[in-house]
Amino acid sequence: MIRLEKRPTPSRFWTLATPLLAVILTMIAGGLLFAFLGKDPLEAIRTIFWDPLFHPQFASYSRPQLLVKAGPLILIAIGLSLGFRAGIWNIGAEGQYIIGAICGAGVALAFYPLEAWYVFPLMVIAGALGGWAWAMIPALLKTRFRTNEILVSLLLVYVAEELLASMALGLMRNPAGGGFPGSRNLQQYPAAANGELIAGTGMHWGVAAAFIAVILAYVLLNRHMLGFHIRLTGQSPRAARFAGVRPNALILICLGTSGALAGLAGLFEVAGPAGQISIDFNQGYGFTAIIVAFLGRLHPVGILLAGLLMGLTYIGGDLAQFMLGLPAAAIQAFQGMLLFFLLGVDVLTNYRIRIGRTEAA
Amino acid sequence: MDLSTINPLVLIASLMVAATPILLAALGELVVEKAGVLNLGVEGMMITGAICGFAIAVETQSPALGFLAAMAGAALLSLIFGVLTQILLANQVATGLALTLFGLGLSALLGQGYNGLKPPPTGKLDLGPLGDVPVLGKVLFSHDMIVYVSLALVVAVWAMLRYTRLGLILRAVGENHDAAHALGYKVVRIRLAAITFGGACAGLGGAYLSLVRVPQWTDGMTAGAGWIALAIVVFASWKPGRALLGAYLFGGVTVLQLNLQAAGLAVPVQYLSMSPYLITILVLVIMSADRGRAALSAPACLGRVFHASS
Repeated sequence: MIRLEKRPTPSRFWTLATPLLAVILTMIAGGLLFAFLGKDPLEAIRTIFWDPLFHPQFASYSRPQLLVKAGPLILIAIGLSLGFRAGIWNIGAEGQYIIGAICGAGVALAFYPLEAWYVFPLMVIAGALGGWAWAMIPALLKTRFRTNEILVSLLLVYVAEELLASMALGLMRNPAGGGFPGSRNLQQYPAAANGELIAGTGMHWGVAAAFIAVILAYVLLNRHMLGFHIRLTGQSPRAARFAGVRPNALILICLGTSGALAGLAGLFEVAGPAGQISIDFNQGYGFTAIIVAFLGRLHPVGILLAGLLMGLTYIGGDLAQFMLGLPAAAIQAFQGMLLFFLLGVDVLTNYRIRIGRTEAA
Repeated sequence: MDLSTINPLVLIASLMVAATPILLAALGELVVEKAGVLNLGVEGMMITGAICGFAIAVETQSPALGFLAAMAGAALLSLIFGVLTQILLANQVATGLALTLFGLGLSALLGQGYNGLKPPPTGKLDLGPLGDVPVLGKVLFSHDMIVYVSLALVVAVWAMLRYTRLGLILRAVGENHDAAHALGYKVVRIRLAAITFGGACAGLGGAYLSLVRVPQWTDGMTAGAGWIALAIVVFASWKPGRALLGAYLFGGVTVLQLNLQAAGLAVPVQYLSMSPYLITILVLVIMSADRGRAALSAPACLGRVFHASS
């Protein structure tokens, strides 16, 4: 008879070991999945996790991509992790990401073709404000009417996607684009372009922002009263209320921050790697960031590492698609599987497994 | 714009079709939540059901087998959620999200090669003389089997929760799992059964989308239907009859905006397409603004982890 015994405090060893265990289990299960699809599992795993960084031919192209993919994931996941820690579930980051991109691109297109130093900073502010405002909708509804923030934030993703489509087809359509959907390419508008900061590394302002966010979140959670309140609320909402935490203020702060960061990620993406507002420029980063946040154990440093790993699976997935004909959806299922395994093995962190007969209580 | 092209009778008939997938998924989730489990993976289960049903129906040319396969596939998927949350005691919100993310990926993977195919037609149910009743016959009695199954399910779930011992046990588990455990009920087993039922219902709803409503397979075709089903459970205050009302209201909005698009209303299509989501949010707000009721009607142990210490 296997029995679970609650640990008085979460195990420190397993807190660090479970993400690794989950990754290994996912590789095994993913290998089985790839074998089932008729691909050599070892080769597929190597293509996804090793080749993007070390393949003699492709690595020079795909290595910079790592930061390009990981940047937005880390930026969004850092914001989400603050709320998740306090039991505030913003799962609409994808929507905030889209709105941030629309607002930022809107500023750029409004100034086009003016060449001035202040265009890009204004875009950054607009992007953050856009994401923040979109996240304020579930936040205000939650604080005023106790409406479930999970459902509202998620439903707003679909609204944002429709808005994006209407922008790409209507208001923001490139007047010189021959009627094709999609805005002007911001890459070709120097004042607004979010180019590489260091050539050949993939490092752009969004990646820099992600690193800054990691540091700020670390300081916030470990050295600041607000971080303490967030952690306290997550562990015991009642105790937090006695300690003087105002739950509504916390909801507004957590949702607002995560929205602003997601909006920033969207802005940096649209001004950089994506280049333009198009119907499907969003790649589901807002959802993958949820996996990143959990894989990183809601800890800033963990999220940094998890974001890099997830970024790797994106590039590796592309590479595997190109070299092995592995379907793109397989990598999506693979990422979902990772979250399953992580949540499953997490039982080891909070419970001790006892094997033996249950003695009578 | 020409509003006269919109025929109210056709509107009602197509409203029933549009509402059925969401009604089925909402009923399943309602039972799951009554047992005290919050499964946010409805979207993932629906889309898995949609592709399982579609694939099997195309391969066997039998819609009935397709619907059965959809229920089985989605129920199987929901068991992953069940094992993780009930046996490995994982966080239900996170696991539900994982189920949705995984389901979307898995369905896209399974659905390769099924894009653009036509499924075998699902026959209308012949209700004999009822179908010949003027006006009503066309609106109410000329649908396929699943529409009536969903309506029967509303009654069955309502009666089960209200009048049967099973319903009482289910509610006890959802309201206070520790007390139910002390009374000797197998909390985990009952919850696993409820989760599987919820999965089967969501799968059936998903297959209805891909086999009847659309009828076609495209990646991510559920487009938030699962999340709307979750919202409808809240709207319904966990009552089956109100879930029917909510689903039909939503179906009405969906069909109406599609009709307005077709009639050429001078509003960009995208703004009409987002209206069902906005109205769902609005309804959620109205429901939750009523302070006492929302708090009272939610099962007390909703989303809480059950761990029997002895």
